[in-house]
Amino acid sequence: MEEILTVKKISKKYEDVDVFSDLSLSVKKGEKVVIVGPSGCGKSTFLRCLNGLETIDEGEILIDGEKLRQDTKEIYHIREKLGMVFQSYDLFPHLSILQNIVLAPVRVQKRDKKEAEAEAMELLERVGLSSKKDNYPRQLSGGQKQRVAIVRALLMHPEILLLDEITAALDPEMVREVLEVVLLLAREGRTMLIVTHEMQFAKAVADRMIFLDEGRIVEEGSPEEFFTHPRTDRLKKFLKSFAYE
Amino acid sequence: MDPEVLNAYFPLYIQAFWLTVKIGWLGIALSLVIGAIAAFTLHFRIPLFAKITAVYVELFRNTPLLVQLFFIYFALPKIGVSLSAESCGVLGLGLLGGSYMAEAFRSGLDSIPASQTQSALALGMKRSQMFRYVIFPEALTISVPAVVANMIFLLKETSVFSAISLMDLMFTAKDLIGLYYNTTEALFMLVIFYVVMLLPVSVLGSLAEKKVRYRSFGV
Repeated sequence: MEEILTVKKISKKYEDVDVFSDLSLSVKKGEKVVIVGPSGCGKSTFLRCLNGLETIDEGEILIDGEKLRQDTKEIYHIREKLGMVFQSYDLFPHLSILQNIVLAPVRVQKRDKKEAEAEAMELLERVGLSSKKDNYPRQLSGGQKQRVAIVRALLMHPEILLLDEITAALDPEMVREVLEVVLLLAREGRTMLIVTHEMQFAKAVADRMIFLDEGRIVEEGSPEEFFTHPRTDRLKKFLKSFAYE
Repeated sequence: MDPEVLNAYFPLYIQAFWLTVKIGWLGIALSLVIGAIAAFTLHFRIPLFAKITAVYVELFRNTPLLVQLFFIYFALPKIGVSLSAESCGVLGLGLLGGSYMAEAFRSGLDSIPASQTQSALALGMKRSQMFRYVIFPEALTISVPAVVANMIFLLKETSVFSAISLMDLMFTAKDLIGLYYNTTEALFMLVIFYVVMLLPVSVLGSLAEKKVRYRSFGV
């Protein structure tokens, strides 16, 4: 299958501290890659570099064969190919749910408002939130807001979805409703790059697992190997921190 | 109170009322423009301009309007800038108001979390689109209560305009009292006209506040 995302030896520093260095990764179309690692290992920063919200110091990033370049107008065009969902949902509080979802398709992609709204309603229906279309974000629970945020990203028809700890701010009972939406999208064959701390979910959704620590890929493999036969001590220790025996 | 006197004063007050309203709202319009520009330079810490703006804001917030008006009306002509009393009134109110509006707008802009910016950019918005559709509307929502309070404050401040011989409401009342000693009637009319001028602003202002606040905050 064709590669849709290629990361070649990228490095990033904050002042003198390496966030990550010499990081390479390639993702094929339809592949689900889950990145795990301890807090501060650079995984969120890595995702943000992919759509140019953060700059890289060295290396290059190719998205659908197109080189990501911070300093050009192309960056806006490339961002449309990457849907991103954040930990804190970040819906726009002054807009209704439907307005939140169609804002970018209508203003950025200049799509017809009626058509965008119709598609938004279809997607809202699928995540079980069509009755909330005229509500404002504050009237929704965290799990509902996050599902709206996913729909908002989807309506831009992205090639790749970047999910950055999207359940980290949710109450435990809401985690499931959000992750089920993600599983649904995974089954549709969408390309996804997921950063998460939900190991059970990672196991269920991933085609490939990546363990990032101190800005390096320490271990990489299929979920089976990754969880049952971790090779490195570092990963063993990390996985152990999730188990209670 | 003598109804005949009230009747006779009425047209004079009407005239003064419109002058006060005109200068008051032109001043407010100017203050909004100045405030928006000042808030922008402060929020984005535009080099040099932010410093100048900070000095301007402190200077005008910490001196009385009367002093500012005297300066504009009496001191500026000495360096060759002569303005009509009306223009002085508008300029004075605009500069005073601008310093207050600047803080109102800036606090709105400052309160938008950085994650909103990220989220807008991640959706492919250009910076201009992000400001137009996300940041400014949100900031404005937060600024509305302070902006409305400033408007009422500025309209009340117009009462010092008589000092630069503008025939506003205060001037008219003082003038009539000086001429005819009908203190009760003159002051009664003065209160009534100020209330007529300010009450609608207050009512519409709280309605606007309610509307925007309800959307975003539910209270």
